[in-house]
Amino acid sequence: MKSLRRFVTRMVNSATRRRNDERLKEEIEEHIALQTAENLRAGLSPVEARRQAMLKFGGVETAKEDYRAERGLQFVENFARDVRFAIRMLRKSPGFTAVAVVTLAVAIGANAVVFGVLDALILRPLNVPHAESLWGLERGPDKAVNQSYPDYLDLRDRNRSFEDLAAYNVTQVGLDTGNNPSDFWILEVTGNYFDALGIHPYLGRFFHSSDEHGPNSAPYIVLTHAFWHSRFQDDRSVVGRIVQLNKHPFTILGVAPPEFRGTLVFVSPDFWVPLVNQEQLEGVNVLNARGNRGILMVLGHLKAGVTPAQAVADLNSIGFYLEKTYPKDDGQMTFSLTRPGLTGDWLGGPIKAFLTGLMLLAGLILLAACANLGSLFAARAADRSRELAVRLALGAGPMRILRQLFTEAMLVSLIGGAAGLWGSVVLLGGLSVWEPLPTAPVHIPANPDAKVYVIALLLSLASAFLFGAVPVRQVLHTDPYRVIKSGSITTVGRRVTVRDLLLVVQIAICAVLVTSSMVAVRGLVRSLHSSFGFEPRNAMLVETALSMAGYRGDAVPTMQKRMIDALETIPNIKSVGLIDRLPLYYGANSETVFSDKTADLRPANGAAEAMVYKVSPEYFDAARTSLLAGRTFTWHDDKSSPRVAVVNREFASKIFGSADNAIGGYYNADGSRIQVVGIVEDGKYASLAEDPQPAMFFPILQSPSSQAALVVRSNGDPQQLAAAIKSTVQGLDAGLPFGIHTWSHELESALFPSRMATLSLGVLGAMGAMLSITGIFGMAAYSVSKRLRELGIRMALGAQRKEILQAALGRAFKLLAFGSAAGLFLGILASRVLASIVYQATPRDPLVLAGVVLAMSLLGLLATWIPAQRALSVDPAILLREE
Amino acid sequence: MKQKTDVLQGTLALMVLKTLDVLGSLHGYGIARRIEQISGDLLAVNQGTLYPVLLKLEQEGAIASEWGASENNRRARFYRLTREGRKQLQLETQDWEQTAAIIGRFFEAKAEDLS
Repeated sequence: MKSLRRFVTRMVNSATRRRNDERLKEEIEEHIALQTAENLRAGLSPVEARRQAMLKFGGVETAKEDYRAERGLQFVENFARDVRFAIRMLRKSPGFTAVAVVTLAVAIGANAVVFGVLDALILRPLNVPHAESLWGLERGPDKAVNQSYPDYLDLRDRNRSFEDLAAYNVTQVGLDTGNNPSDFWILEVTGNYFDALGIHPYLGRFFHSSDEHGPNSAPYIVLTHAFWHSRFQDDRSVVGRIVQLNKHPFTILGVAPPEFRGTLVFVSPDFWVPLVNQEQLEGVNVLNARGNRGILMVLGHLKAGVTPAQAVADLNSIGFYLEKTYPKDDGQMTFSLTRPGLTGDWLGGPIKAFLTGLMLLAGLILLAACANLGSLFAARAADRSRELAVRLALGAGPMRILRQLFTEAMLVSLIGGAAGLWGSVVLLGGLSVWEPLPTAPVHIPANPDAKVYVIALLLSLASAFLFGAVPVRQVLHTDPYRVIKSGSITTVGRRVTVRDLLLVVQIAICAVLVTSSMVAVRGLVRSLHSSFGFEPRNAMLVETALSMAGYRGDAVPTMQKRMIDALETIPNIKSVGLIDRLPLYYGANSETVFSDKTADLRPANGAAEAMVYKVSPEYFDAARTSLLAGRTFTWHDDKSSPRVAVVNREFASKIFGSADNAIGGYYNADGSRIQVVGIVEDGKYASLAEDPQPAMFFPILQSPSSQAALVVRSNGDPQQLAAAIKSTVQGLDAGLPFGIHTWSHELESALFPSRMATLSLGVLGAMGAMLSITGIFGMAAYSVSKRLRELGIRMALGAQRKEILQAALGRAFKLLAFGSAAGLFLGILASRVLASIVYQATPRDPLVLAGVVLAMSLLGLLATWIPAQRALSVDPAILLREE
Repeated sequence: MKQKTDVLQGTLALMVLKTLDVLGSLHGYGIARRIEQISGDLLAVNQGTLYPVLLKLEQEGAIASEWGASENNRRARFYRLTREGRKQLQLETQDWEQTAAIIGRFFEAKAEDLS
């Protein structure tokens, strides 16, 4: 009670200082007057009486200080005073303050943004209850996440480790809620999907495994909250409404809660549909094809008490059983567990590696910024040595002075951090509504959460301590007597100082950043100019999914032929080809192929894994894929004629040894014996960074596919033909949903990873360059200003410009060279990580090496230009008179 | 060099309370004089240190103060004990006597008493 009352009074007193000081002053005066009177009565002279009274009272100022300390809250008052003083000091040097705040804002902002993305994609688990026990399945040494539906059923029913196993697929369907057919991205899921994940409906109900009774038995839809909001305007009466999916009636059952947006972090589907209705959705049904691994991912919660290792052993024993029972279809059935969300290591691996690398680089940026600010603060402390000396001489303890300096550092850091955080929140907000790819519902759910704010705050505080600590030793060793006597002391020693070391570290870090960004940019430029095995320029793509418009069986190829013929009649169109799935478009289909001599066609005996494409005869011409030998297809390569294939050069040399042997040769794939009739050039199929892959092309009439893209080759700008193409297609079937893009546009998705990598590295590289400029500039300018007198004397004694420059800036350049060399070396090491993301990113590229050296020298030149000018313009007469 | 007894703040506070208890309302100088008289030369106190102690006691509510006229007819701040202060004085006197008694017994004790 007592101490509480006292605390409150002291708080109040802290706020109302003035009045009480008056009271004390009066009391002290009265006290001394009374004592003086007493002393007079004792017979002392008036002067002596007052002197004795003063002596007896003791130090008036000390008493006042003690009194004040007793009255208010010393700590709070000192702190407030420090803050006020810091603000005053910072205002006095706006240039310094601006540089420091901007540097920190940029560095902390960069960290917050990278952390926000890292958090969104990797750290944050999927938004399901008990996410920690949710695992996805990976198969074989290649960690494939895709499984076949029959295998999934066996895994689900035979395992004893998972509470339940669900599976899903991503696909596109045409939805018609009235008279507005358009296509949407959906997740096809198993009936137990919502129950296995433990999600409860926001509205209506979900479908369950009890709703599944064989193919096409569960025509139900569950909407995402976002889609319900945007498409149905939160209309609660949608539950029970019947809509058309690919011309089939489906019932809307319910709406998922807003926080649940599917099981793929970077894809927001519009709704969920049972996988058993696959035939209606995709036109094909692979529910019984054990060899067709068309399920994107299987996932489930582990039972309580089951460790991941036990689950893997359990799954492997099922895998062993499957290999034994279905040798033709199942091979390499070993399993491992992975976090779901990012489709395992296939996508998660590179993303994780890249983001971790980026986080590291961002951390380096902050470190470089701290080194930069540390030397700025040290220089400032040196400039203020006279002020510090006076304060020390007046009795301020070193702790008091350090606290003052730290308050200043903290203030700068918090302002910078707040600015950086604001910028990063804006950026992250933008990022999370950004749809980077025109043709897929990809987005980065990077809305900043509390973690981002906390990280930014912690980083601000940590950096304040880092750069605030640099001048500590300097302050503790200040000798007020010497400083006040001789002015600020400059030790122009040859010894390596902490500041020099900081600068070297900082330049090295910046050189690492510059090197990696150059490596990435070079890689991107190269990948843009490499051969794809087709020519995307001057080609339009018409993407159709005939199954969405209700085409079945033989109607599919007939309609496709009609479209090709109709489009070819448009003037300025040279040729039109059709392919089931474009190369470099969200993964690729591959199949095991066997040499003709292999009798036992189990996956383990395969000769190679080859990409499969189904194309129309004109495809090679339309795509500009050059034929190296043999022939392409004709419309007579149909079901009634023997199966033929066109293969690429890699395929020919891998299976047949050479192109000459391949033509006319036979091999086995897809359950049949196939003759090679032609060889085409190699291309890029799954990703730009891949090594040459074997690929085979089948005629569309022998292997029909309702999912197909038409490649329209034109003379000149294909964009102008878009309208004609559109009306032609609509003239054939008005109800057919289709999309028209240029091929170059479509390729954005393939280039997206390396674009993003290059962009982010480029930004970090630019930041690094900026920091090294300010760092070198600060150091050079400071050393010139400290040595102006010396330079003046040298000049008076007849030194030449060259010698002056060497004296003034030699050290800065030496540090720059040393730091750059170290950074270049480290950058080359770091670039190995890059090679996995950016196509052909190699640091052993003379252009990169030369570029880094040139960039660093330019930076050095730029940063030392002004200090050099200042050193050269020294007028010894004026300078020496002044001092 | 051995210094004269250093007066701890807590002891000084107790002396102030006792002084006010005995003499009633008093100004700062009066309190200082009284403490000086009683302790004689044994206790050399910088009179200035008295004021922070007075302030602390006032903030704790043990004493109250108001302006009044001093002997030479000038404005002076007069301090007096509150009820709470009287209670505090009682408690602390007891504490102090107890402590003094214990310490006294320790000093009187001889080796044979403990065996």
